[in-house]
Amino acid sequence: MRASAISDTLVLAKRNFLRIARAPDLLLAFTVQPIMFVLLFAYVFGGAIPTPGHSYIDFLIPGILVQTMAFGGFVTAMGIAEDLRKGLIDRFRSLPMSRAAVLAGRTLSDIATNLISITVMLVVGIIIGFGFESTFLHVVAGILLLLLFGYAFSWVFAFIGLTSSSPEAAQSLGFIIIFPLTFVSSAFVPPETMPAALQWFAEINPFSTTVNAIRALFIGDPAGNSVWGAVAWSLGIAAVFAFLAVARYKRAVVR
Amino acid sequence: MSEGAAIEAEGLVKSYGDVRALDGVDLTAPAGTVLGLLGPNGAGKTTAVRILTTLLPADGGRARVAGIDVATEAPQLRRRIGLAGQYAAVDENLTGFENLQMVGQLYHLPKGEPKARATELLERFDLEDAGGRLVRTYSGGMRRRLDLAAALVARPPVLFLDEPTTGLDPRSRIGLWETIEGRVAEGTTVLLTTQYLDEADRLADRISVIDHGRVIAEGTSDELKDQVGGEALEVTLEAAGQAEAAVAALDGVASQRPELDGIVLRVPVAGRKGTIAAAVQRLNDAGVGIDDISMHRPTLDDVFLTLTGHAAEEDGEGEE
Repeated sequence: MRASAISDTLVLAKRNFLRIARAPDLLLAFTVQPIMFVLLFAYVFGGAIPTPGHSYIDFLIPGILVQTMAFGGFVTAMGIAEDLRKGLIDRFRSLPMSRAAVLAGRTLSDIATNLISITVMLVVGIIIGFGFESTFLHVVAGILLLLLFGYAFSWVFAFIGLTSSSPEAAQSLGFIIIFPLTFVSSAFVPPETMPAALQWFAEINPFSTTVNAIRALFIGDPAGNSVWGAVAWSLGIAAVFAFLAVARYKRAVVR
Repeated sequence: MSEGAAIEAEGLVKSYGDVRALDGVDLTAPAGTVLGLLGPNGAGKTTAVRILTTLLPADGGRARVAGIDVATEAPQLRRRIGLAGQYAAVDENLTGFENLQMVGQLYHLPKGEPKARATELLERFDLEDAGGRLVRTYSGGMRRRLDLAAALVARPPVLFLDEPTTGLDPRSRIGLWETIEGRVAEGTTVLLTTQYLDEADRLADRISVIDHGRVIAEGTSDELKDQVGGEALEVTLEAAGQAEAAVAALDGVASQRPELDGIVLRVPVAGRKGTIAAAVQRLNDAGVGIDDISMHRPTLDDVFLTLTGHAAEEDGEGEE
């Protein structure tokens, strides 16, 4: 039973990879879009945002990496909403396959595309002046944390995809949820500059915790509890939304 | 419930909020037969299929498919059914071959078998040349054929086809009908939903007419037609003035009083055999000129109109 759940997941993850290879327009979302964000923030806002102790590009790269991870699950939300609309979920649910495999296959293939995004952004970041100020092991740990955080949000997007009436609705619902979370955080500006209410939110926001953890692992900021806090947030979000999404999947039908 | 039935449902009930999609539906299909579920949009056909294919739990009633309980033994049942829905549920970004191979893998067929089945089915469905192409380049008819092939990958003994030919051009429809007939000849039991009366007429051994979540009539196509009256002879006269002479001449052929509509005389008759020859002879003897003469059988359209008070293809109270 377990073994077949894993093989079902791999069958579906392979399907998602083939889709990306064959419709390379999606690949733009993982490559060009992050590059664009890095360049826009670094050169448009960078000069106006003081970041004590770091250059803005060093401050920015961890923040924008975390944001990109959160958005990486878009493909999952849109893909699942599309599968629902086309009746593919009906077919999968009528097959003797694992109930979690469709979602697990999607979220698994997001890890690979997220890794592509991380690589592209770090290369571009380094070209425009980003520099690691930590050990190789810290950098590896940071990349793993980014992937874990992205994986957690893939499950959030899986749930969004299953509850949306169309791929377009899934996309805008995702934006509405993720955008405020990423901007009201320590990702792009130091939260001390925000009004009190936003500052309070920015400090408890799991995005800030994760961004702070990546800054600790990449550019040597004091870590505090942020690394373990970020891991705990990611695991918690993944567990809650995996449970919700699978429960939803079991009842999902074409709309 | 009867022994040996491949599909048997008793008192199925399903509500969505205040709407009763199914209101106590009984269905039976002996193994190796085709049961047609005929009804307009929103009648509850798709809901019934979803319950029988484990996609949706019923609120009430029970059902067994291939001898397996739909509600309590769903995982075992899924190995023994194939479903082709209204949507041509195939992945656009995979090739035809990859689609079938994927479905075979998800049925957990033994190693090597998914590929072998994919090749075999592509050939059988006349898709071998297109098998290596992405499905997004396929025509509507090719997608439907691939969808049906996907439902057959595991050689399921029971096949559910939910409006399999909706939106297809006439040639593709006939092709798909022949394929379905081929499966049935090999012993597969089929539940087919349709809103096309000619489709039910051609494919189904027995038909359940469903409307507003209830089965309102059940029987073979002929039995249903008999319910709304048997055959009639339609005689188009050369002149309306000869109508009375014609009625008199056909007195021995008619089973009930003929009706006249302009120059067309409609004569209910008891049987088909030799009727036209006898009628022509009598009309000739009486000197009545005829322009045209034919036998008229009631269609399932007539059946539907009589049973439900509305035609089969109007009345869409929204999606199911």
